[in-house]
This record gives sequence, C-alpha cells and structure tokens, in this order.
Amino acid sequence: MKRIPAKIVLEDGSSFDGFSFGKEVSVAGEVVFNTGMAGYPEGFTDPSYEGQILVLTYPLIGNYGIPQTKQEYDLDHHFESSKVHISGLIIQEYSETYSHHEAKKSLGDWLKENNIPAITGIDTRALTKRLRSKGVMLGKIIITDDKEFFDPNQNNLVKQVSTKKAITYKNKTPHIALIDCGVKNNIIFSLIKRGATLTRVPWDYDIFTNAQYDGILISNGPGDPKMCHQTIKTIKAAIKREIPIFGICLGNQLLALAAGANTYKLKYGHRGQNQPAINLDTKRCYITTQNHGFAVDEKTLPAGWKPWFRNANDKTNEGIRHNAKPFFGFQAHPESMPGPNDTSFLFDDFLDVVRKNNEKKAR
Amino acid sequence: MKKKPGKKKEKKDEAKKKMKILILGSGALKIGEAGEFDYSGSQCIKALKEEGITTILINPNIATIQTSEYLADKIYFLPIKPSYVEEVIKKEHPNGILLSFGGQTALNCGVELHDQGILDKYGVKVLGTQVQTIKDTEDRDLFVKKLAEIDIKVPKSKAVSTVEDAQKAARMIGYPIMMRVAYALGGRGSGIIQNESHLIAQAKKAFSFTNQILIEECLVGWKEIEYEVVRDKADNCITVCNMENVDPMGIHTGESIVVAPVQTLNNHEVQLLRDVSIKTIRHLGIVGECNIQFALSPDSDDYRVIEVNARLSRSSALASKATGYPLAFVAAKLSLGQLLPDIPNSITKVTAACFEPALDYIVVKMPRWDMKKFRRIDRVIGSEMKSVGEVMAIGRSFQEAIQKAVRMLDTGMDGITAKVDIEDVRKELKNPTDVRLFAIAEAIKQGISREEIAGITKIDNWFLAKLESIITIEKRLLEEKLTPELLMQAKKHGCSDKKIASLAQMQEDAVRVMRKKNNIVPFIKQIDTLAGEFPAKTNYLYLTYHGQEHDITFKEKKKIMVLGSGAYRIGSSVEFDWCAVNCVKTLRELGYFTILINYNPETVSTDYDETDKLYFDELSSETVRDIYELESPEGIIVSMGGQIPTNLISGIKDHVKILGTRPEHIDNAEDRNKFSKLLDALEIDQPEWKELTTTEDALEFAAAVDYPVLIRPSYVLSGAAMNVAFDEKALKEYLTLATEVSKEHPVVISKFILNAKEIEIDAVASKGEIICYAISEHIENAGVHSGDATMVLPAQKLYLETTRRIKAIARNIARALFITGPFNIQFLAKDNNIRVIECNLRASRSFPFVSKVYKLNFVEVATKAIMGRAVKRVDKAVFDLDYVGVKAPQFSFQRLKGVDPTASVEMASTGEVACIGDSLGDALLKSLEATGLMIPEKFILLSISGIQNRTKFLPEAKRLIDQGYILYATNNTYNFLRRYNVPSILVTKPTAPSVVRRAFSRLNAKPDVLSLIREKRCELVISIPDELDPNHHEDKYLIRRHAIDFSVSLITNIQVAILFVQSLQERKHLSIKAWDEYM
Repeated sequence: MKRIPAKIVLEDGSSFDGFSFGKEVSVAGEVVFNTGMAGYPEGFTDPSYEGQILVLTYPLIGNYGIPQTKQEYDLDHHFESSKVHISGLIIQEYSETYSHHEAKKSLGDWLKENNIPAITGIDTRALTKRLRSKGVMLGKIIITDDKEFFDPNQNNLVKQVSTKKAITYKNKTPHIALIDCGVKNNIIFSLIKRGATLTRVPWDYDIFTNAQYDGILISNGPGDPKMCHQTIKTIKAAIKREIPIFGICLGNQLLALAAGANTYKLKYGHRGQNQPAINLDTKRCYITTQNHGFAVDEKTLPAGWKPWFRNANDKTNEGIRHNAKPFFGFQAHPESMPGPNDTSFLFDDFLDVVRKNNEKKAR
Repeated sequence: MKKKPGKKKEKKDEAKKKMKILILGSGALKIGEAGEFDYSGSQCIKALKEEGITTILINPNIATIQTSEYLADKIYFLPIKPSYVEEVIKKEHPNGILLSFGGQTALNCGVELHDQGILDKYGVKVLGTQVQTIKDTEDRDLFVKKLAEIDIKVPKSKAVSTVEDAQKAARMIGYPIMMRVAYALGGRGSGIIQNESHLIAQAKKAFSFTNQILIEECLVGWKEIEYEVVRDKADNCITVCNMENVDPMGIHTGESIVVAPVQTLNNHEVQLLRDVSIKTIRHLGIVGECNIQFALSPDSDDYRVIEVNARLSRSSALASKATGYPLAFVAAKLSLGQLLPDIPNSITKVTAACFEPALDYIVVKMPRWDMKKFRRIDRVIGSEMKSVGEVMAIGRSFQEAIQKAVRMLDTGMDGITAKVDIEDVRKELKNPTDVRLFAIAEAIKQGISREEIAGITKIDNWFLAKLESIITIEKRLLEEKLTPELLMQAKKHGCSDKKIASLAQMQEDAVRVMRKKNNIVPFIKQIDTLAGEFPAKTNYLYLTYHGQEHDITFKEKKKIMVLGSGAYRIGSSVEFDWCAVNCVKTLRELGYFTILINYNPETVSTDYDETDKLYFDELSSETVRDIYELESPEGIIVSMGGQIPTNLISGIKDHVKILGTRPEHIDNAEDRNKFSKLLDALEIDQPEWKELTTTEDALEFAAAVDYPVLIRPSYVLSGAAMNVAFDEKALKEYLTLATEVSKEHPVVISKFILNAKEIEIDAVASKGEIICYAISEHIENAGVHSGDATMVLPAQKLYLETTRRIKAIARNIARALFITGPFNIQFLAKDNNIRVIECNLRASRSFPFVSKVYKLNFVEVATKAIMGRAVKRVDKAVFDLDYVGVKAPQFSFQRLKGVDPTASVEMASTGEVACIGDSLGDALLKSLEATGLMIPEKFILLSISGIQNRTKFLPEAKRLIDQGYILYATNNTYNFLRRYNVPSILVTKPTAPSVVRRAFSRLNAKPDVLSLIREKRCELVISIPDELDPNHHEDKYLIRRHAIDFSVSLITNIQVAILFVQSLQERKHLSIKAWDEYM
C-alpha cells in the first residue's frame, strides 16, 4: 500500500512529516492539542473546535472505529453535533484495524467523508511541547497544494456554528432558553433528561420578545468570546431581568464579559479530560473535561461576583458566580462527552435554582 | 500577632512527632505477593517520615528496601502474625496501624488483630480504609450485598460454606461456573468448574484453607478491565489509571498481558466503568487507594464488578509505574486524613495530585513464568496465578512496547516470533500455557486467520492485528533488501537489531552501523503524568523510535550508570533491587549523578525519587549502548543487578567503560574452564569436573569419578537446568536439558559430593584486597541449591580451621582476579576438605542479609571501592556478634498445583525471609514461622526415607516424645522407631487400596495418612526423601503434596528437621526485639 506523505507546518517555521490518512486536501488553521485518551468521535464533532487543527497527545488513535449514528430528537448520541468541526487531525499512530461491536467504519474513512485531512506518524509529543512553550500557533497541513496561514479567530466562529433557527425540544418544565454558541448535543440531552423543555436559539437571537423563559443556558462554543457582542448584550439584559443563567465554557466567559469582567487568551489553553477543578466554597475537587483557549480574568470581576471554581494545576478560573443572584458559569464541561461525568450534578443544581426561582416568582 | 500561626504549627508538629504508626509488611516474596509491596511500603514510610511521624515496621523480608535503617524508625524482622504483632504493639504503643501496604498478608493479619480485639485493647487505630470496609470487600457475600445496595452489577453468585450448598448454587446458576475463594492471594483455589464431580473435588480442597467459597456465573471471554481508584476522607475521588487485559476473563490478571491505558474501549465504556468505580468505592467507604476489576461484555456495555482490593496491589504498583503517579505515597497521606487537593504532584512538582494522569505512550505488562523450574508442573495458565514476576515496557506503539516486553522477560525470546516448540498451535491457543503469545504469533505465521484466533482465544482483534503487523514486517525483512525505510519500520515495530540481523542475514553490529548512518536512533521521552501539558521536572524516561526529538538534555557531569536486576524470577528478586538502590544511594552521597536502567514495575529502584535519571527500558546490549552513547557517563556498574548485567558484559565491554572488577576477570570466574584453571594454579581444591563435548565423554567421566554427578550449564543463575544424576539414564536425560538451556555456553559436569556442608563467603574487595566479608553456613547439606538453603550468619558450627582456610582461599581468589567490588564464593566442606564450587564477581543474593545482620552495608562499601574511594579494611570486631541471623527460603508450592514440594539443586523458592535471634534456635523458629510454618503443639507425622536419615533423626524423635508430642509414622519409619522403643502411631500408605484404608480407619487402628492431613489431625509433616534413591515414590509425593494442598506445615530436609526439633524447646521464649536492639 502506497502511503501519501503529509506534513504539518507551524508559523514558527517548524515542520513535522508524516502520512495522510484522511482526506487528501491541505488546510490551515489554529493548532491546538488535547490530552484525552479516548473519545474521538465525540471530541471531533465538538463545535468548539471550529477552525482548529487538533493534535492528540495519546499516540494510538482509531482503535475502536466510528460508531453508527444513534439519534433522538434529531440529535446524535455518539457525536456532539451533526458534523466534524476540527479542520485537521494530527496523531502519532493511526490504527487501520479497528475493533468494536458498535463500529461501522474506520476513523480514516469517516474523516475522508467529512473532507478532513489527517496525518499519522508525527512526534505529537514534540509538537505538543512546542505548542506548550511557544503558545498556540497557526499552522497548516500540507498534502496537496500549499496554503496561506489563516487565523480562524478573526472570523466570528460562533456565527458559523450556531443554529440558524430556533428549535424547541419539548419535555416538561422548566422552559430553558439555550443560547447556541456551538452547543454540544449532550448539553441538550442533559437538560431534557432532567425534564426541562428547551428552546435552542441562535447566538444573536432576541429571547425576550416572543416568549418567557424560566432560565437561560449559554452554551460552549469556539473562539474569542469578545466576538459575540450580541450574545453579551442578551446576557446583560437577562441579568437585569434576574432570569437564572448558567454559562458553560464559552458561556462562562460570555457571562463574565456581560457582568463587566474581562477575558484573555491562554497561552495554550486547556484541552483534555483530566483537568482538576476545585470548588472554592466546598474545597471539593472534580475531574473535568475542558476545551477552551480563553479564560476569565478573576481580578476583573466586579463587586457582587466571585470566582466559583479554580484549576488546581495552573490556578486559572474555572467558573464564576454571583454572590446573591442565580447567575453562574462553569468553564469546564459538565456534559462531558468525552470525559468524566463528575460535574453533571451542575445541571441538577441549575434546574433546582430555576425551579426555586419560579416558586419565588409565583409567591 | 505574627507568632501565633507559628506556634500553632509547632503544636501540630509536636502532635505529629508523638504520632507513632505501625506498618505491616508482606513478608517473603511469593507467587501472587511479590516485590510490589516493597515499593508500596517504602513509599508509605517516606510519606509518613515527611510528616515527622515515627514509623515502626514489621517485615521479616530482610532483602527489602523498606527494612533499611534509613527508612522506618524501628524495624522488626518478625513473622506477620497476630501473636507477634501483639507483642510489638505491647512494646511500642503505636497510635495507629496501616494495613493496606503489605498485601493480602498484612490485610489478613490486620483483620485478625481487629477481630481478636487486640487493636482495641491497646488503643491502636486503623488508619485509612477501616476493617469493616476491608471485610465488605473480602467476604464475597458481604461484597455482593453491599454492591446490590447501589445497583452495581456483580456476577451472579452465591457464597457457600459447605460442599452441598456449592452443588446447589452451581445447579441454580448453571455450568460452567466459576469457583472463587474468599481471602485468597491472587485467586488461589479459584477456577472454572465444568461439572458436578469436578466441583465436589475442588470445593473440598478449598474448604481446607477457607470457610467460604463463591460459586458464580462464568464470564470467560469478557474483556477484563481494571481501574485504580483513590479517595480521601472528604469524598474526593479520582481514577488514576485504567488497564485492559489482553487476555480476557478466564486468565488471572497476574497471568495476563496487560496494557495501560485501555485500548479497545470507547468513551462511553471508559466513563461507564469509571462512574461505577467511583460510585462503588464511595459506597464502600475506602480511604486511600484501591483496585477494582471489571468484566465488560465484548458485545454490549454490560459489565460486572469482579472484585475490589481495598489495598495497594500488584496492579496499583503497575499503575503507579505506568502513569508516574505515586499511588502508595498519596495513599499514605490520605490515610493520615489529608485531602487530595492539598497534596502536590511530586512528579511534576508544578501540578496537583488531585487529577487523573494522561498518558502519551502505551504500557505493556507481561508476566514472567518459571515453569521449567518445577517438577510435575501443569503449565496451563488460567484463573490461578503461577507467574513469579513481571516486566513493564513503554512505547509509543503497541508493537514497540510488546516486543520490548518479550525481550525483557529474559527467557531467550527475541520478540514475539521467538522459536518455541509448539506441537499443535490450535491446541495451544485453546489451552493456553506460558507460551501463549508465541503460539498466537506462530498461528498468524501459519496463516490461521485473525478471526479464528480471536474465536478461540477471545483476544480482541485489535491486539491480534497489531501482532500481525509485526509478522508482516518480519516477512519483509526476510524477503526484501534492507532499506533504511524498512529498517525504520522494523524499529518502529519493536524489532531488535539482533532480530533484524538474523532475518536480513547480517551481523547485529552491521544493523547498528546502518541505523546510525541513516540516523535511525531511538529518542528519549519523559513520563510526566500529563502528556506534556506542563513542563514537568520528571526523570522518568523511556526510548522510542516514534519520535524526532529528545525530551531531555544529556549535559550533566559526573554521571555513573547502574544496571538493575530486571524481572523478578526464581533466583533473582528483591535482593538485587536492594543492591541497586543502595549502590545508587551511595553514588549520590559521593556526589555522582546517577542513571539507572531497569524495567521491573515491582521495584523500588524504579521509583521516581531513587535516582537522578531512570531509564525504564531494556537491559540489552543494544539499549544499554544506545543510552550510554547519549549520556556518555564515566562508566557502568554491572555488579549490582544480579545475573542479567553480568551476562551483558561480553556484549558491551568493547563499547563502554565497566567499573569495578575488569570484564576479563569476571569472565575468568564465569567461564568454568578458565575458573578451574585458575583454581588449579592457586592450588585450590574443586570437585572433579569436565566440560561436555560429547555424550560419550560425559558418560566416561561419570563412570570414572563415580555417580552421582552434577550437570550445569555455565553463565546461569539459580541453577537453570542443573541436576544431579545418580545413574547413566538420568545423566543422558539431563544432558539434553542442559544443552537446550544454554546453547552459547558450555555445559559442565562435576562430581557430586554427598553429605558435604555448604559454606558461603560474601565479600567486598578493593584492588584485590578483601575489605569486608561474611561467612555463612547452610543448614542443609550440599545438594540443595544455595537459594533454597537455610542460611546461618555468623556460621555457628564451623571449625576455626575451616573458617581460616575459607578466608585464605577467598583472599587468594580476590588477589588473582584483582577484584574491586562485591563477590561471593561458595564452598563445599567435607572431612576437612574444602572445595570451591562457584565464584560470582558481583553482589549475591545474600548481600542484604549479611549487610543487615552485620549492620554493615556491603553494597555501600563495594560502591566506594568501585569508585576508587579509599576504603579501610573493616575492623574484625564488627564480625563478632552476640546474636544470630537465619535466612529461610519461601516456597510457593501452594500455588503450583501438582508440583513436588521438595528442594533440589535447581532453585524453586520464590522468596526468603530472615529473622534475628538471641540464639540459633530463636532465629530459626522465627524464620520458619515467617515462611508460614506453624509450630506444632501436639501431633507430628514422620515419613523418613533412607536408613541414614532415620538414624540421624532418631534422637530428635525421642526428644519430641519427651516434650509430649504424639508421633504418627509411615510404615518404615514406624518400624524403625519401634525397634528403638520410640512410640508412634502407624498410618496407612496413601497408595493402599481405599478399601484397606477405610477398613483400618474404621477400626481406628491405622489412621489413613491422607485424611490425617486433610482433617488437620497432624500439625506438621516431616517427610524426608532419600537423596541416594533417585526413584520417584508416589506415596511420599502424595503425602507432601497433600500437606501443601491442605495447608499443613511441611519439612522435607533432614538437617532442617533436626535443628527444628532441637530448637522447639525455645518456642515459648522467642525474643521480640527491634533490629537496633541486637547489639
């Protein structure tokens, strides 16, 4: 079998040679790494990866192939959205042979179908260390033609991945407005499973005019939160109206910006399934899935707001909350997928707060 | 104001200082409970010391690092038994006790201490996981109930206490069923049962050593997955590592090839089992570390929790080494009540311990078996553990790691396609033995499809595909011209230069030259617990061909490399780890930067804080040279890791600088021919010998010197293929065996001298002059391998003249070989004749024993000598002791079904213990007890073969009667005793027809010997074979085997039996003293 050479070139000039196993196209984007050891079908379909070329630090990938879709509410359980969002994939050792009772096709075939280039045979540890020491860089996968470097963060990535129209997932109460900045399927499932009715709306949707929601969930999503002016405006209005708000990942950053705090870009972000987040009130530590390149600057939190969770490794912010009012944000992913389910109770907590708020209103 | 917090802290420190914690070790290394507990105990002590806590350790395993003077504050070399522990508690008044760092031995002892009310009586608090939780995990019935409370699925099962209930339960669940035994080490007595008669037999046996067994649904073929879980008292809970057994359910995890992390599970399965792990561990209330095992269906996400080990285990040692996460250290801190988020990650030094390691490599663990060492062994592997050690290989592809692992086993296999004799591959796949992996490779080679192999073995297709890719590459190496591209591919698939050379028909060195020319070299990567996410300060390293840059630099100065001991196997275990660790420690104290190579996950030497750089990789000449070339150290020390480093010398000596005794001198001692000539030149006696050229020559020689003769290959450790032939037929048979084992080195036969005493000297020399020495004697006469012998130090029964001559001989040899460093010489003494039988120019198995008895670290002295430091001759007063040390072998015959439990010239013990006493008897009794022997109160069975043996034992039989013992005896022994008026009760022969046995038994005239043992109506069996009679006696074998199978104490050596009886009168006044109290 003839192997097709492929390479990844970084903006610092370094270049790593390997072989193609996805679509034979060249692509440019932002290069990031993730340290998770399983969960590529879920991970690659996370809209937060929009515009990014992903390096996996775990070397053996493709082992269990790609499962068949399993849908509910038009949403897939095995994938976090309806398409592959990474722009390209860089790994050490692709497993041609896959083995799993749920597998329907190989990872390579799936990536080809989705027009995603992928390289195997790369010293991903060396590449990761470069990204760690120099910070996240632009890069390009070259298989066919050469490409210009391209910074996806210049685009409004949220706009690219957000739903184009409002969709309602009907269940019981409460009724939650889900601001889709690139939402993962399991956030939706997590709320429905707990009885909530959801209306999933575009990032810039006006949620106040036509309906009344019991609570607002701001989803995860790609890129720089400061690009989402419209969403920040919506959140500011919601804060004023004292509607309970829960922000996840990008949603946490947007909540902070709406509250008046600042966000900044991390040197190389947090992407993995082993990130320890400490609840500053209880001192309890939770292992979380994370996928973010930006963070809330705790020092800029205005009066009335406080840090809620903090990363045990680098002490960066992992969540904020209001001292008195039902507004909180979590920088990690309580819906996991892939990764540990330790913080899924936050959905319960959120819905409890929403229900209590409803009772209060009723009184 | 400022002073306040300081004062508070002081107070806290003071409280800690007053805190005294007792730690129970695991005793001797045995199958199912090996070196991993030296690792966990040592890390535990380090963690407690860091808190300023006073530590007391009870462990009779003198060769461990944890029993070093610089670790625990007080060390007791005593049996891990409640009676001894109580005495220590009485003396030391500890506030707390730790039960989870000494394996099943410590756990069981702790439960007993608790149940007997001893802990309450003296106010000793169990730290970490509580006894009730231990019981909930150990008692299968409680366990099943406990898990049912939270809807966690366990195998359908029933705990039963009678054979009848077992039958009922099995019928309900349906055959085949799995039988498991509560409180069992590594699954002892467990197994798949196909039908009722099989069940009755197995259940009866199990009830001899347990009062509960479990009949459960058979999950053979399901994936076997393990998680290592850590929890603190505030309920923070994490899973540090998950592992997948390549060999699925049905093969004990200790017998399985295991990979970390899991390879064939998707996110849903990984998280499902993780969630179940955490839920279970929280519900059980474990504080510290534990291991949870799952069966996972290969066709759905159905799972069962198989078991929870509420303690550090073999798997946790593996997980610790695989991830770099110091599990035992953290577990110890949690036992003190500390919280996970407050403990720093001591590997990275920049992140927290409250996280789950991310790996960016794959780890493969392989078990090491020593089946050939045992007579009558059943080589089939299954739900009981038989392996004696393990290796761990790290790579960035499965192929790279597993091929390394195979070579690390050091069984002569050069990768997965090694030549082994397999008659019928399919049969081997179906009934796996220790060569299963090679059978799979052979099957692939023969063109048997992966689907078929997976169908028979239930091994996941993913693993088989990876193995197949190795065979594809090897085929290309055989058929194609070796291009740089192909060479690179072969290296990425883990092929050694030697393998590539043999396939491509080149010289090994030519492959190396080609590699270097084309820049095909391994890269050094770090194990950092978090896949490169943070710049960790780790020194934990491995080599890979899947890379393009090194993680580290090689700029350090004053570097010394030390080679470790590799996999534990019979004849080489924790004692060489002790040597390596102490060598490195001394080097560091001398200001050197130390580099250690070792790949055994059960060791302390592979702990992150023992060396400056640790290469967790192969001890092969290829890898040692690769590392040497990168590091350019000042030299290599090869004399501390046992036989593996010694065997490497010839392959590396032209390329590296070997420190200590010169390689050519080592060769002069290792090569039988050269060594013999040297002895002749020095006019030192040796048993007559000859190097084998032809069988005819051998027969002629044997006839000339007269049988018996000893056959041995040179360059081997622990007497592999060593045998004593009493006649021509046996000689021919053993010769074939010996040539098989050692193809590269000559086979030697020598005159075997009967009734000779064996004496050893362990010593250190500098430039040919002896600096310190220890002369110890064996209790057993020659004919028992030195590793299986009971050793006494200082020698108690040697003539001064003998001692003088031994010293003189050692001095002459040391000068002649210009020894610098450690060495050991073994002697035979008979009728005032002293003959040299062996000389090793390296640290020996007994170095830790002699060092600790003399309180003089021989390895430290040796290391200083090797480094050219001025070392003074040790003052003779050091060797004048008012106490005695006795080292006794630990056998694992209970694990090895059907094996004849006797010692011979080929070593069979898996470990050892040593106790110190005020007298020889004091030390001997404690040592024997520490190996599991129970001191009898009333009933002893004698079965002594050979008139000589009976005569020798006669006074002791009388002594037993005088002390009020009741003796049972087999026919000949009975008649002999009767002739000398020693009363005994005659028992029937085991091979007598059952009608006869039953009839006698009914009449109560002659007890049936087997039921006597089975029903434990005798407490000790003394069964002595006649060494002059090589014929196999089924009767005697059955008696010995029965004693083992039904946990009745057994002594099989005449000298040990005699000394044991002579010591019995001291049994009521054994000394309970800490090591430092012997002065």
